[in-house]
Amino acid sequence: MSTDQAALRTSSRTALIMLVFSMIFTALMAFTYDLTLPAIEASRLETQQRLINEVLPPDSYDNDLLSDVLLLGPTPELGLAQGGRIWRARHGQQAVALIVEARTGDGYAGEIALVVAIHSNGLLSGVRVTAHQETPGLGDYIDPAKDRRKDMPWIGQFAIASWKDVDTSQWAVRKDGGTFGYRTGATISARAVVGAVGRATAWASARQDALFSAPTGSTFGAQP
Amino acid sequence: MNLQEFRELTYNGLWKQNTGLAQLLGLCPILAVSTSVVNATSLGLATVFVMALSNLTVATLREFIPHEIRIPVFILIIAALTTIVDLMFNAFFHDLYLVLGIFIPLIVTNCIVLARVEAFAAKNDPLSSTVDAVMMGLGLVWVLAMLGAARELLGAGTLFAGIEMIHPSLSAWQIFPDDYPGFLLAILPPGAFFTLGCLIAAYNAINSRLAARARKQPPATLTAEPPATAEAAGAS
Repeated sequence: MSTDQAALRTSSRTALIMLVFSMIFTALMAFTYDLTLPAIEASRLETQQRLINEVLPPDSYDNDLLSDVLLLGPTPELGLAQGGRIWRARHGQQAVALIVEARTGDGYAGEIALVVAIHSNGLLSGVRVTAHQETPGLGDYIDPAKDRRKDMPWIGQFAIASWKDVDTSQWAVRKDGGTFGYRTGATISARAVVGAVGRATAWASARQDALFSAPTGSTFGAQP
Repeated sequence: MNLQEFRELTYNGLWKQNTGLAQLLGLCPILAVSTSVVNATSLGLATVFVMALSNLTVATLREFIPHEIRIPVFILIIAALTTIVDLMFNAFFHDLYLVLGIFIPLIVTNCIVLARVEAFAAKNDPLSSTVDAVMMGLGLVWVLAMLGAARELLGAGTLFAGIEMIHPSLSAWQIFPDDYPGFLLAILPPGAFFTLGCLIAAYNAINSRLAARARKQPPATLTAEPPATAEAAGAS
């Protein structure tokens, strides 16, 4: 009987200690999270603005781009299962460009997240990969920061493409008979990005006027 | 802690019980990030940081941790510290975080962190435990850096590619001419195994040469000392 009691005492004691340790370290994590949240949010916004400056020249528009946002519900054409955002660049009353978020699961590992900037004349202004898990040193050239060709990064070829000029069947990597280049040894990542950019451009070009005229902050396509 | 102990911990960490070459612990990051010098070294240093913090924490709290539940508590501590380092990186070194982002949480899965906590920090004072963690970690860093350098050089013909993400004024070295076609195998995971194998062979060759020399000459001070920490470090 006494050994039973001793065992009970030991196990409740260790359980209690485990609980105390869990509580202390969870509190530490929660505290750090709260402490770092504003800084993380600020860096995130700054990174977002820097990213948008890369795909669209900052002097081509004069509105507060990050605030002129349109929300999207789940949009399979853009690969957005959870919804996403569109930023609208304007110069005075003139529509300049749409910056569309898109995702694709066709990559080598996990989802690839993109922003695609499309001029109102249908010409692509630029594309950037914002998140990916492609193989480091192999498929990650889709992100210009990891691209070894600094003078002519792979993603730069979209800056001269236009949905009107490139035939739908040609909107593919050269290996698939299309018009876009890729790097030997890692076709899958390039193919995924090319496909996603094509779908995003087609989707946005087809409903450009509606996208520009929708009220700021509203969810596009939602029934009022 | 005296100078003798410090020297012993340094020698153990950097050479004798090197995590990458002798203990072969922590192969996960060795395979995943050693594709370039910058990736390998950055993640290595983040690992050193987590190791030092975990060893310090465990050595300080070791009186309060019951033997039966030490492993769950250690893992809890390591996971919490890694999360904190992850958040700190994200907040204060955002550019570096964007480079290393997906690898930082993987530090938890690196068994070398738990191994040092269990084998050393649970039995020693906070100061020696921290020194042990730093030296063991630096031992991993130099192996990772060599591995990264060899793979990057063979695979891409460059060194320090991506260093501009750490500081914009620095730039990569192009070692081989621009038209170097690249050797894909070196970048792929098998390349990590081959290169690591070559490094271990070199390590063993150096060790047996040193041993042969020590047999010929009167024993040096380092080998003559009783290995005080060897038994603790070899466990787990």
